[in-house]
Amino acid sequence: MFFLNHIWLIPLFPAFGAAMMFFFGRRLQKATVNAVCVGAVVFAFLFACFTVVEYTHFAHGTGHPFEKIVYTWLGSGDAHLSFLKKDGTTAQFNADAGFLLDPLSSIWLLFVTGVGMLIHIYSVGYMAHEGGYYRFFGYMNLFMFSMLTLILANNYMLLFVGWEGVGLCSYLLIGFYFHRKSASDAANKAFIVNRIGDAGFILGALTLSWYLGSFRFTDINTLARSGHFAIGDPVLTAAALLLFVGACGKSAQLPLYVWLPDAMEGPTPVSALIHAATMVTAGVYMVARSNAVFVLAPTAMKTVAIIGALTAVFAASIGLVQNDIKRVLAYSTVSQLGYMFLALGVGAFAAGVFHVFTHAFFKALLFLGSGSVIHAMSGEQDMRNMGNLRGRIPTTFKTMFIATLAIAGIPPLAGFFSKDEILWQAWRSADGGFPYLWLIGFGTALMTAFYMARLIFLTFYGQPRMSHEVEHHIHESPKSMTGPLVVLAICSVCAGWLGVPASLGGTNAFGKFLEPVFAREVAASVAPAEPQEPAGEEHRGLEWTLMLLSVGAAVVGGGWAYGHYANAGKDYPEPIAVKAPPLYTVLYNKWFVDEAYDYAFTGRRKIGKIRLGAMGAGEASSWFDAKIIDGAVNDVGWVTRAVATLSTWWDKWIIDGVGVNGPAILARMISYPARLFEWGLVQWYALVMVAGLLGFGVYYVWK
Amino acid sequence: MQSHILSIILFTPLVGALVLLFVPKENKGAIRWIANIFSLGGFLISLPLVPMFWAQRFEVTPTHFKFLEGTPNNWIPSIGAGYNLGIDGISFLLIMLTTLLGWISILSSWTAIEIRVKEYYVWFLVLQTGMLGVFMALDFFLFFVFWEAMLVPMYLLIGIWGGPRKLYAAIKFFLYTLLGSVLMLLGILFLYFHHHTVTGVFTFSIPELYKTAPLIPFHTAIWLFVAFFIGFAIKVPMFPFHTWLPDAHVEAPTAGSVILAGVLLKMGTYGFVRFSLPFFPAVVSHPRVQSWMIGLSLVGIIYGALVSLMQKDMKKLVAYSSVSHLGFCTLGIFTLNSMGLTGSVLQQINHGISTGALFLIVGILYERRHTREIAEYGGISNVMPLYATITMIMFLSSMGLPLLNGFVGEFTILQGAFTANWKWAAWAAPGVVLAAAYLLWLYQRVFFGTVTNPKNEKLHDLTPREILTFVPLIIMALWIGVYPKPFFQILEQPVNQIVQTIHDNSNANAPVNAQVAPAPAPQALAVVGPKVVGTNVAGPKASN
Repeated sequence: MFFLNHIWLIPLFPAFGAAMMFFFGRRLQKATVNAVCVGAVVFAFLFACFTVVEYTHFAHGTGHPFEKIVYTWLGSGDAHLSFLKKDGTTAQFNADAGFLLDPLSSIWLLFVTGVGMLIHIYSVGYMAHEGGYYRFFGYMNLFMFSMLTLILANNYMLLFVGWEGVGLCSYLLIGFYFHRKSASDAANKAFIVNRIGDAGFILGALTLSWYLGSFRFTDINTLARSGHFAIGDPVLTAAALLLFVGACGKSAQLPLYVWLPDAMEGPTPVSALIHAATMVTAGVYMVARSNAVFVLAPTAMKTVAIIGALTAVFAASIGLVQNDIKRVLAYSTVSQLGYMFLALGVGAFAAGVFHVFTHAFFKALLFLGSGSVIHAMSGEQDMRNMGNLRGRIPTTFKTMFIATLAIAGIPPLAGFFSKDEILWQAWRSADGGFPYLWLIGFGTALMTAFYMARLIFLTFYGQPRMSHEVEHHIHESPKSMTGPLVVLAICSVCAGWLGVPASLGGTNAFGKFLEPVFAREVAASVAPAEPQEPAGEEHRGLEWTLMLLSVGAAVVGGGWAYGHYANAGKDYPEPIAVKAPPLYTVLYNKWFVDEAYDYAFTGRRKIGKIRLGAMGAGEASSWFDAKIIDGAVNDVGWVTRAVATLSTWWDKWIIDGVGVNGPAILARMISYPARLFEWGLVQWYALVMVAGLLGFGVYYVWK
Repeated sequence: MQSHILSIILFTPLVGALVLLFVPKENKGAIRWIANIFSLGGFLISLPLVPMFWAQRFEVTPTHFKFLEGTPNNWIPSIGAGYNLGIDGISFLLIMLTTLLGWISILSSWTAIEIRVKEYYVWFLVLQTGMLGVFMALDFFLFFVFWEAMLVPMYLLIGIWGGPRKLYAAIKFFLYTLLGSVLMLLGILFLYFHHHTVTGVFTFSIPELYKTAPLIPFHTAIWLFVAFFIGFAIKVPMFPFHTWLPDAHVEAPTAGSVILAGVLLKMGTYGFVRFSLPFFPAVVSHPRVQSWMIGLSLVGIIYGALVSLMQKDMKKLVAYSSVSHLGFCTLGIFTLNSMGLTGSVLQQINHGISTGALFLIVGILYERRHTREIAEYGGISNVMPLYATITMIMFLSSMGLPLLNGFVGEFTILQGAFTANWKWAAWAAPGVVLAAAYLLWLYQRVFFGTVTNPKNEKLHDLTPREILTFVPLIIMALWIGVYPKPFFQILEQPVNQIVQTIHDNSNANAPVNAQVAPAPAPQALAVVGPKVVGTNVAGPKASN
C-alpha cells in the first residue's frame, strides 16, 4: 500500500520541479533544468504506474475507489461551519485535499503522465534554441501538477484547483512568446473564455452541494445512485447543465470553443500536451466523473450529445480549408472532442473515455510531428509553402502517416476501435428513431479523413513549394524529438487493441475495467436501459455494416484528398474554392464566429458607432459613473458652495448690512444734526457763538 | 502581558509618533529609521497575540470578546464612556492585517516621500493607532474617537503628499466620510439614550448595548439602521456611495492607497458585521432590506468590474476593482448565514493582502516613471522580470485563482449566497469572469509585448527593500489559499454568534406583514434565506 498511501506525491513531483524553476531557474544550466523537470515527470510516471498496479491488486477488479485524505482544505474541520441544504437540513462545509483513485482516474493518470513524459523529452530537443528555457519547463511542470491534481481530486473543489491551474498554465504557455501581440491576445482569450466556463462549473458544484450536501464524488455518487432522485430531477438537471458549461469551456465545445484554435500561438509541445492530449480532455473527465448525476438528467445528456455532435461537424468543416498545419490539427482536436461528448451524451461513457485515451496518443503524435515539420521548415507553418518532405524527414513522415491512419479510423489502428464504438452507440441511442447523431458523426468521419489526408499530402507529397533558403535547411529532428514520435506511433497502433469489441471477437477489456465507475447497480430500476450492455447476436450484422461504412468513409475521404492534393504544385487549386466559392469563404473565415463574438460579446468591434458587449457596458458604466454618480456628488458640492456664496452675500448685505449696520447707519444719519452741536472744535463753537450773536444782533436790529 | 497586550499593540505606533516629534526634521535618515523601527515593532509586538488567540479560539466568554481590558464606564463615568478594549476572531484578523500592512506601507515609503518627511511618518503612525483602536474598542464613545481620529491623518496624507488633484480628493474624502460619521453618531446617541430608557443606566459599552438594541421597535430601528448604513456604506464603499474612492486612491501616495484599500475600507464592512447585524437583527433580516443590501452589493460587483475594465489609469483601475471586491464582502455579510459571513471576513483580509499589493505594484512603476497611464507602458516584463512575476502572482490572487487567497473567500461567499438564494450567486458569478478580464488585459498592456516607449528601457528591477514589502503578502496569499483551516476556525465562533443573534431576533419585532414563514419550506428558503428557520424566539422580546 506504499504507493497508494503516498498517492499525493504524484502531483508533488512536478510541483517541486516548478518551484525549483521559480526560485533558481534563471541560474541553472540547461542540463540541470532537464534533469529536474523531465526527471520530475519521469518520477511521476513511474510512481503512477506502481500506484495503478497496486490499486488493481487492492481493488481486486471490483473497481472500488481508493481514497486518501491528506488534510481539510476548505472548512474548519469540525461540524460548526455548516450551510443549509435545499431540504432545510444542515450540511458541513468541507472540501478536503483528498485523492481518489478508481479505474477512471487510473486511465487518465497513466496516459497523462505517460504522454506528458514523452512530450517533456521531446521539448528538450524542440526548445533547445529558444529563450526562456527554464521558464518553459517550469510552466510545463506546473501544468503537470495541476493536471494531476485535477485527475486525482476526490471532490469538485479540489478538482477545480486543478481545473483553474491547467487554465493558468495554458494561459502562461500560450503567451510564452509574449513579445507577439497575437500570442498575448490568444492567452487572454483562452483564460477569459475558460473563466466563463468556470463560472458555470462553480455554480454547478454549488448546486450539487446545496442539494446533496457534499462536494465529494463518492458521497454524490452514492446519493445519486440511491434511487431517491427521480430521473429528470430539475435541480440535478440544472447542476448537470451548469457543469457541462464548465466542460464546454475547458474542452472547447460550442459555443466556447473559440479559444482553442488561437491557443496554437504557444510552442508546439504545449499544443500537443495541453491543447490536444490532456487538458482539453478535462471536461470529458469531469462529465464522466459526474456520470451518476448526468444519467439522472436526460435533458442534460441530450444537450451534451447534441452539442458534441454539432461541435464535431462544425469544427471539422473549418478544418477542411485551413492552411496553417497547426490550425488544421486544432480544429481536428475540437472536432474529436465533440465525438467524445457525443459518446458521453448517448450514455456510452466508456466509449467516450476510450476515445480520449486513443486520441491522446495519435493527436499528441500529430502535433509533435507537426512541430518536427515546423522545426525542419525553419518555423514555417503554412502548408502552401511545404510539399514533398517525405524523403527529407522520413521518421516524422512515417509516424505522422500512422497517426493519420489512426485518426481517420483505418483498422486495426487505435482510432478505428474508439470511433466506431462511439458511432455504434450513437446509432443505438436513436432507439428505433432516426439516428441523426450517427449521421452527423458519420459525416464528420468523412471530413476527418479528408482534412487529415490533405494535411499529409500537402506536407509530405506533391512538389516542394518552399523557398530555396528554407529547403536548404530541411533536416530530420534530433533523437530526443523523434524518439517520442516513434513511441507514440506504436501506441497509436496498439492502444485500440485494449478495447476490441465483442463483435470483432474481442473482450473490450477497456470497457470492462471502467464498468464499476459507470455502473448503476442500485439505480438500475430507474435508469434508462443501459446502452452498453453486450450487443445481441442480431445486432452483429448491423454493427459490421456500420463499421464497413465508416471505414469506407475514411477511404473515400482520404482518396478524395489524394486526388486533389497528391501532386499539388505551386498555386494548387482548393477543390471547395473551385466548386463553391461562398462556402469556401465562410469556412476559411471560420464561419465568422470570432467576428460575431467581437461585435456582440467583447465589444472590440463597433457596429456603426455603437459598441456592445463587455467593453460597451464598461464604457457606458464609466460614463454613468463619471457623469451621473460622481456628477451628483460634485453637484451636491456645487450646490453647497452656491448656497454658501449666497449665504455670504445675504449675511454681508442683508443680515449684517440691513439688520445690523442698517440701524447703525440710520442712527448715524439721525444723530448727524445733533452731532453738529457736540463736534468738539473750539473754533467751531466760537464760530457758532459769533454766528449766534450776529444772529441775535441782526434779529433785534431788524425788529 | 496578556492582560495589556491590546493596549501595547494599540499605542506602539503612537509612541513612535511622539518620539519622532523630538527628532530634528532635517535628519531624514533618522526619521525614516525610527518610523520603520516602530512600525516593524508594532507588527512584531502583535505577533504574540497569534498564539495567545489561537489557544482560546473556541473558548466561550460571557461577552464573546477576549483579551478584555478596562471596564465599562471607567473613562468618563458621568456619561458612561469607558476605555474598554476586547477582540473576537473577526477583529483579531483585522488587527493582524492592520499591523502587517502598516509596517509594509511605511517600509514602502522610504524613497517615495521626500518632502515633509517627519510630518508624513508622524501622521502615518497616528493613523495606525486610530485604525487599531477602531477594531479594538468595545465602547462606542472610544470607538467614535478612534473612528474620527483616523480621518484626519488620512486627509492630511492625501492632501499634502498626494498627486495633482490632491486637495479636491482630500476634501471630497473628508467631507464624504464625515457625512457618514455624523449620521452614525446620531445613531449611536439614540442607542445610548434608548439603553437608558430600558435599563436606567447611561453607558456606551457595546456589549451592554447589544442587549438592548434589538429591543428597539422595527419602525424606529429601520431609521437607525439607515443612519448606520450610510456611515458604513460610504466607508466600504458600496455602490452608489463609491466615487470618493477612485479620486482618493489616485491622488493618495502609494502607502496611503495601500492603507486606504487594505484597512480603511474594512471599517465599513467591519461596522456592518460588528454593529448593524447584531444591533438590528430584525431589520437586516427583513426580506425587503436584505434584498436591497444584496442588490447594491451585486450591482457593485458587476458595475465596479465593468468600470474597471475601461480605465486608462492603473490606480483608478485597481480602485474600481476594490468596489467590485468589496461588493463580494457586503454580499457575504447580508446573506446573514455563517458561510457568507465567514467568507466575507476572509475576503476582507484577502482584499487587504491582494489589493494592498496591487497598489504597491502600481506605486513601484509610478516611482520610476511618474505616470500611471497604462498607455505609457508595454513590454515591462522584458526589463523588470521579477516585478512581472510578482505582479502576476498578486493579479492571480486578486482574481481568485484556487490555491491563492482570493478564491477561498470568494468561494465561501458564493456558497453562502447560493444557499440563501441561488440567484444571488448566479449574479455574482460574472464578477469573477470580469475580474479576469480587466486584470489580464491590464497585464497584457503593461507587461507583454516589446518595450515601445524609450523611457521604459532603463527601468531597474525591484530593489531588496521592495522585494521585502511583497514577501509577507505572498506568504499570506499562499497560506490562506493552501491551508485556510486556521482562519475558518478563528472565525467560526464569532460568526456563528452573530448568525445566532439574527436567528433569535428575526421574527421578534418584524411587522406583521413581513413574509417570514416559520416553517422551513424549501421554496420560502430560496426566496427569504435561511434565517427564517428560527421558531425559538426566546429572550426579552415583548418589552416593547
